[in-house]
Amino acid sequence: MTAAGNRRTQSWILRVLVPCGTVIPFLVVAAADPIDFSVHVQPILSNRCFKCHGPDGNARQADLRLDVRDVAVAKVIQPGDSEASALIRRVSSADPEQVMPPADSQQPALSAAEIELLRRWIDQGAKYERHWSLEVPRREKVPQIPDGNWCRNPVDRFVYARLKDAELDPSPEIDRRTLARRLSFDLIGLPPSAEDVEAFVANGAPTAYEDYVDHLLESPHFGERMAMYWLDVVRYADTMGIHSDNFRPHSPFRDWVIKAFNDNLPYDQFVRAQVAGDLLPGATSGQLIASGFNRLNMTTEEGGAQPKEYRAIYQADRVRNFSVIFLGMTLGCAQCHDHKFDPFTTRDFYSLAAFFSDVAEVAVGRQVVVTLPRIRHDGQDDLLEDQIAEYKAQLDLETPELAAAQRVWESVLKPPAVEWAVLDPNTTSSQHGGLYRSQGEYVKAESYHCDADGILEREYSTNPNSETTQVVARVTRPRITAIYLELLTDRLAPLQGPGRRPDGSVLIKEITLSVDGENVPLVRAEATVQQQDRSADLVIDGKDDTAWGVPPQTAETQRLILELQEPIEAADSEGLLLTVSVSAGGNKAIPGRMRLWATGAPLPLHIDESLVMAPVYRIAQIPEAERSAPQKKVISEFFRQTTPLLVSPRNQLEELLAKRGERGAPGATLVTVSEKPRMVRILPRGNWMDDSGEVVTPAIPGVFGEFAGESDRLTRLDLARWVTSTDHPLTARVYVNRLWKLVFGAGLVRTLDDFGTQGRPPSHPELLDWLATEFVDKGWDTKYLIRLLVTSATYRQSSLVSPTLLSRDPENELLARQNRFRLDAEMVRDNALTISGLLVRTLGGESVKPYQPAGYWENLQFPKRKWEHDQEGDQYRRGLYTFWCRTFLHPALLAFDAPTREECTVERPRSNTPLAALVLLNDPTYVEAARVFAQRILDQPGPVEARFRFAFREALQREPKQAELAVLNSLLSEFYDQYSADPAAASQIQTVGSAPGVEEATVIQYAAWTAVARTLLNLHETITRN
Amino acid sequence: MMNETVFHDIALRDTRRVLLGKLTTGIGSAALASLLNPRPLGAKISGFKQQAVVDPMHFPAKAKRVIFLCQAGGMSHLETFDEKPKLVAMDGQPMPQSITQGQPIAQLQGEKLSCLAPQHLFLRGGKSGLRISSIFPHVASVADELCIVNSAQTEQINHDPAHTFMNTGTQISGRPAMGAWLTYGLGNEAENLPGFVVLTSVGGGQGQPIAARQWHSGFLPSRFQGVQFRSAGDPVLYLTDPPGVTRDRQRRVIDAVNQLNKIYDETIDDPEISTRIAQYELAFQMQTSVPELMDFSGETQDTLNMYGTKGADGTYAANCLLARRLAERGVRFIQLYHRGWDHHGGVKKGAQATAGLVDQGTAALIKDLKQRGMLDETLIVFTGEFGRTPMAQGDGRDHHIRGFSMFLCGGGVKPGIRYGATDDLGYLAVENVFHVHDLHATMLSLMGIDHKRLTYRYRGRDFRLTDVHGNVVQQILS
Repeated sequence: MTAAGNRRTQSWILRVLVPCGTVIPFLVVAAADPIDFSVHVQPILSNRCFKCHGPDGNARQADLRLDVRDVAVAKVIQPGDSEASALIRRVSSADPEQVMPPADSQQPALSAAEIELLRRWIDQGAKYERHWSLEVPRREKVPQIPDGNWCRNPVDRFVYARLKDAELDPSPEIDRRTLARRLSFDLIGLPPSAEDVEAFVANGAPTAYEDYVDHLLESPHFGERMAMYWLDVVRYADTMGIHSDNFRPHSPFRDWVIKAFNDNLPYDQFVRAQVAGDLLPGATSGQLIASGFNRLNMTTEEGGAQPKEYRAIYQADRVRNFSVIFLGMTLGCAQCHDHKFDPFTTRDFYSLAAFFSDVAEVAVGRQVVVTLPRIRHDGQDDLLEDQIAEYKAQLDLETPELAAAQRVWESVLKPPAVEWAVLDPNTTSSQHGGLYRSQGEYVKAESYHCDADGILEREYSTNPNSETTQVVARVTRPRITAIYLELLTDRLAPLQGPGRRPDGSVLIKEITLSVDGENVPLVRAEATVQQQDRSADLVIDGKDDTAWGVPPQTAETQRLILELQEPIEAADSEGLLLTVSVSAGGNKAIPGRMRLWATGAPLPLHIDESLVMAPVYRIAQIPEAERSAPQKKVISEFFRQTTPLLVSPRNQLEELLAKRGERGAPGATLVTVSEKPRMVRILPRGNWMDDSGEVVTPAIPGVFGEFAGESDRLTRLDLARWVTSTDHPLTARVYVNRLWKLVFGAGLVRTLDDFGTQGRPPSHPELLDWLATEFVDKGWDTKYLIRLLVTSATYRQSSLVSPTLLSRDPENELLARQNRFRLDAEMVRDNALTISGLLVRTLGGESVKPYQPAGYWENLQFPKRKWEHDQEGDQYRRGLYTFWCRTFLHPALLAFDAPTREECTVERPRSNTPLAALVLLNDPTYVEAARVFAQRILDQPGPVEARFRFAFREALQREPKQAELAVLNSLLSEFYDQYSADPAAASQIQTVGSAPGVEEATVIQYAAWTAVARTLLNLHETITRN
Repeated sequence: MMNETVFHDIALRDTRRVLLGKLTTGIGSAALASLLNPRPLGAKISGFKQQAVVDPMHFPAKAKRVIFLCQAGGMSHLETFDEKPKLVAMDGQPMPQSITQGQPIAQLQGEKLSCLAPQHLFLRGGKSGLRISSIFPHVASVADELCIVNSAQTEQINHDPAHTFMNTGTQISGRPAMGAWLTYGLGNEAENLPGFVVLTSVGGGQGQPIAARQWHSGFLPSRFQGVQFRSAGDPVLYLTDPPGVTRDRQRRVIDAVNQLNKIYDETIDDPEISTRIAQYELAFQMQTSVPELMDFSGETQDTLNMYGTKGADGTYAANCLLARRLAERGVRFIQLYHRGWDHHGGVKKGAQATAGLVDQGTAALIKDLKQRGMLDETLIVFTGEFGRTPMAQGDGRDHHIRGFSMFLCGGGVKPGIRYGATDDLGYLAVENVFHVHDLHATMLSLMGIDHKRLTYRYRGRDFRLTDVHGNVVQQILS
C-alpha cells in the first residue's frame, strides 16, 4: 500500500468518529501527517458551509463560495496562515453575530476537532482536490504481504494490509457447512441441498471450494438471485404505481435481466441495452425488451391529470433514478436548484433529462404495449434470434444490385387497375383537439396541412375514447365514384395498431361525405376484415351506435372502400372540395394513422391489389432524389417483399418466425420507441407551469467535461456509451461496490447510492479502485468479479465477533470478520418452499400470484379487482416472480422489507418486527410449507431422532445439538398427545394451502410433526445468512 | 479446515450487548445511530414500543397523539365549511378569467368555466357562532371545539399525488408519511400495538383508491410503517392462528421457537436474536390485544348510540370509535380515510350523502374524547387531500388546490375560531394562507417538535417532513 493510500484510509475514520466525541486511540492521525482535502476537509465544508457557500448559485450568501479555491482564497483563506484566515476566525468565533454557521441556521457550531483540521489544512497550504469519486480510478499496486498464509487473492492483501495497520487479525475461516449455506444464499438465493452440502464437506480436492463456487455460478438460479437485486435498483414492477395502479406488462424485461446475468453479459453491454437498446444498430428483440428500462417509471392514467405536468414528473423521475442507478449520485437534488453539495447544476439536470426526451410514452393514460418473443432460458434462444436478425439484415441490406433491380422494377411498374388519388387535407378538424404529425412536428388539427403522404398520424399521448375527425381536401379529378379509408399500422400504437386501444382494435362508427357542403350518400362498403355485428356497411347506416370493427391484434394495415350512390362530377378544373368525416372509437378504439383516397373508377369496386399498390405506385412516380425517407422505406420494403432476388432469405425468415411462434406465445411488454425529441426547458424551481426557462439539449453533467457523439445532438445511445466508457470515474466503482454489498452485506462505500461529497468515503479506497479497474480490464465481467470476491479469504471468515473486535470496529469497516444478516424477503419464501420440497424451479414467465389475504386490495379502484391466487405449479414459484403491485405490495414481502419499487432502491432495510413474525407463523404459504415439510420428514425412516436430524439438516444444513433435540422432542410428544385428544384439529391443518393432504388415519402424526416443522421454519437461524 | 467447533468457540462469546450499552450511554443513541449509519447495530427497544429520538422535546408538547380524519376524494369546502354568498349570486355565470388564468386545473381543462352556487345552507353553530353547512348537524353541535381553517392550499391536483403530498410533504415517492415521522420522533407508547394505525371506510360518492404508500415509512426504518387495521378478515394481516392450532398450541410453538433461538444465541450472541424473541412474544400478544381492541362489547349502549355504530363493521362511525380505543391504548398516530368525497357530478346529493356517513362519528369522537378528558391531549385534523372548484362540472365540482377548508380540534388548538379566508368566490386562499407544509409544521409543534429539527439523513441530505418550507401558525394555538 502506498503511503498516501494508507493515510487516506486510516484517517477518514477519524472524521466519522471525532464529531461524536469518541476518540479511539489507534485511529488518531499523527499531528505531523498531511491533511487530505477530500477526506478531511471537504466533508466539513460540504456539511456545514456549502448550503450557503457552495455550488448552488441561488442560495449563495455574501458572494462567497468555498467549493472553488480561487474564490475562497481571494476572500477568506490565507494559504499557509490559518491565523490570518477569516474562515478560521468565523467558525471559531464566540460572537453570535460572527460565528459560522450562523446561530439561526439550525447547524451546530464546528467542533474543536473540525476547526483543528481546517486550521492544519490551511497551514499546510489549503490544497484543494477534486472529490475522490470524480477522479478516474487509480490502480494501485496490490500490497505485498510477506507472510501470506491467510491471503488467498489480491482482495485479501488489501484487506490484510489495513488490518495490520490497525493491529487486528482476521477471523478464522468458518466451517464448510456454513460456507455452503452462505455461498448458496449469496449466489443463487436458495439454500443448498443436503446432498450438495455433504458432497462439499467430504470433498478433499484442493479445488473443492472453487468447484462449489463455479457450480453455483453456473446455476440458472444465479441469474434469478442477481435479478432480485437489479430489479430493486431499476424499480421493476408489474403495475403503473399511481392512482388506479393497473397492470402494466413488463415481465419479459425481468426475464431478460435473469438471462443477461446467467449469460454473464458484460456489464457495459448490459447497461447499453437498457439505456439505449432500441438505438443499437440491428437491435435484437432482446435488446428491445431491455430498452423497457426507460419505461419502468411510475405513470398515471388518473382522469384530470395534466399531460404537461406528468411529462415533467416522468423526466425528473428518469434523471433522479438514472443518476442513482448508474452514477451513485443524487442528481435529483438539482431539479429545483443547483445541487447544494455536489457540482451539479439545474442545467445539468435538465440536460440529462433531454437525453430521454425521445422516449415515446403516454403522458396520461394506458401505455403502449408491444409483443415480442419471450426471453427463454433453454439456451437455444440466442441462436434462433441471431438467425432471425441475420435474415432480417439480409432483407434490409442495401446493395448496388438490389438498387439497380429496384429501379428496373419501378420503371416497368404498371399503374394499378384502379387508380386511387390521395386526399391531401387542406384543413382538418378534430372533435377533441388532437395533434397530428405534419412535416415531422405535431400540430393542431386546424393547422394541419398536407404531409407528403397525406397520412393523418395522431399524437398518441392524448388519445381520447372517441374522436370525430373531419378532413377537407380538394381533389383535382373530374369525377369521384368511391372513397377508400386506409388504417395503417402504427409503430407507436399498442400491438402495432392499427387502433390505439391496447389490443390494437378499431371501431369506425360512421363516415359521411359532402361536397361543397352538400351531403353525398354512400351506399356500399367493403373491407379487409368483416366481423359479425361489426360489418363494414355499419359505417354508412346513419347510426352512431353501430360500427365497422377491426378485431384485436391484427397488427396489419386495414382497408375500407365506400361507393357513392351517384358519381359526382367536377364542374371545372379546380376539381372537387370533399369533406370526409370519420367518427371512430369507444374505449380508445380510434385509428392512430389513417389516410383517405378517392377514385373515379367505374363501380363496383372490390378489395383488391390496387389498394395495396396505390401508395407504392404513387411513390414510384416521384423522382428518386425527391423522395422522403419514409417514402423510400415504403417502396423499398414493398420491393424487397416481392422481388424474386430475395426469395430465399424471405422464405428462411418466414420459417424461422414460424419456429419462433411455435415456441410459445410472444410476451406483451413495454419497450422504448424513439420519437422526435420533445423540447426540454429548464424548469425554474422545478415548476412545470413556468415556461420561462431556457431550452436545453442533451449533455452530460458539466463536471465530467464534454462527450463527443456521432451527431451534433447527443442521443441516449451516446449517454449509454459515455456511462460505459472504460475511464468513467463512477460506473464501475458504483457497480462493484454493490456486488461487494451482495456478498458482504455492506459496501466498501457504505452509502451505496451516494458517491458524492455527502456520502461516506470508501473504507478501502485502493481496493475499490483496484476492483473497479480489474472489473473493466476483464471486460466488465460480473461473474469473474463475484468469483474473485467469494473465493477470497476475507469472504470465508467467520461472522462471529469477539468483544475486542466489536469494540475496535463495531461496524466491521475493516473486515476482520464476515457479516451476518437476515435473508431478503424473496429468499425467506424461497427457503421455506425449498425446505418443504414445494418450490417449483421454473425460470421466467408472467408474474405469479401466491396466496394473499382476501380483501388486501380493497382500497384499489378503477377497476375494483381481486387477487386470484395461482394454482398448482405457479403457486410455488420463487418470490421474485410475485406480481409486484406497487401500491399494495404482497404483504408477506413487505413485512420482510421488500421495496415497493417506486424509486431506485440499492439497499433494503432489515427490520425485525412482530408483523414479520406473524407472516412466518400464520401465512398459509408457511403453514402449508410446514405441513408438506412434515410429510417429507415422515417419509424418512425412523427412529424419531433420525427424523429430527434430517429435518435439521434440511432446514439449517447442520446437525442438531442435544439441547435442541430435547426441545423438539418434548414439543413433538406434547403435540402427539394434544392431537390424539383432538383429531379434528389435526385434520384441519391438512386443509391449509392446495398441496395434497394425508390420509385421515395418519393425520395426528402429521399434525404433530407439522408443529415441529413450523418451529424450524420460524427460527432466527433459518432466515439468517451467517 | 474449520469445523463445527467454531460454533462453540468460547473466546468469541459476548459482551456485545454490554459494549453497545456503554456506547449508547456514552454518546447518546441518536449519535450512535448516525455513527452507525445506515442503520444502528445497537440494542433496539423490542416490540412496537419505541424510544423517542426527540428527547428532550423541542417545545412543551400540547398534544400526545394525532387523529387524522382524511375525507378522501376531495371534500368540497363550498358545501361544508366555507360559506360564499357571492357565489350564490354568480350561479351559472362565467367564472371571471382573471381568477382562473394560469392556475392549474384538472378535469375542466379546456372547458368553459361557470360558477356553481353552494348547494347547501349554512347555519350558526354553538356559542362561537361558527357557520357550518347544514349537512353537518352533528359537527355543528361541537362547533365551539373547532378551529376551522378556510385558507388551506396544496400543490397536487390529482388524488394519488395529492394524498402523497398531504402525507409526506412531497409528490415524490419514497418519503416517510407524517405518521411515520411522528412515531420516529416521539416513539410509541403502546405496549402491543403499532404506533401508527390506519383505518379505511368507503361510501357516499365515487371511492377513489388509496395506496399503501400513504402510510409507508419511506426511508425511515420499516418499523415506523403504518399498519392498516381491517374490518373484514384478519384485523391485522396474518393475525389468526392457522386452522387446527389453538391459542395454547400457538403459544407452545412460539415457546419452542424461542427456546431454540436462545440456544442459538448462546453461540452466536447476536442482539438481533433477543429482538426476534421479543417480536414473537409481541406477535402472540397482538393476537389477543387486537381482537380485544376490535371488540366493542365493553362499550355502553350510549356510546354506541352516540357514534351511531353497532360494532367494528368498517364504517366510518365504527372507525371513529376504534380511533378512541386506539388513542386510549397509546397509539401515536391514528389515521382514518373515508373514501367518498369525489363529487365531480351531483355534488348536492353526494356531499350530503357522504357527510351523512361521517358527521355523527366525527362529532361523537370529539365529544367522547372530551368527556374522557382526552381531547386536550389529542390533536384532531379533519381534511380532504384538496377541495373542489367554485366552477361547475355539470352539477358537480372538479378538484381544487388553491383554497380549501379543514378543521383542527383538540390539544393546543384555539377552539371556536375561524382562520384564514378564500376570495369571494371561494377560489383562492387570500388571507392567512395555510399550506400543507404549515399544517405539518404546526402539527409537529403541537406535539413538541420543531419541524426544522426533526431530520433524517438519506442520500446525503437531511430530510424533514416540511422539506425546506412550513411555518408554525401561532394564531391558531391556544
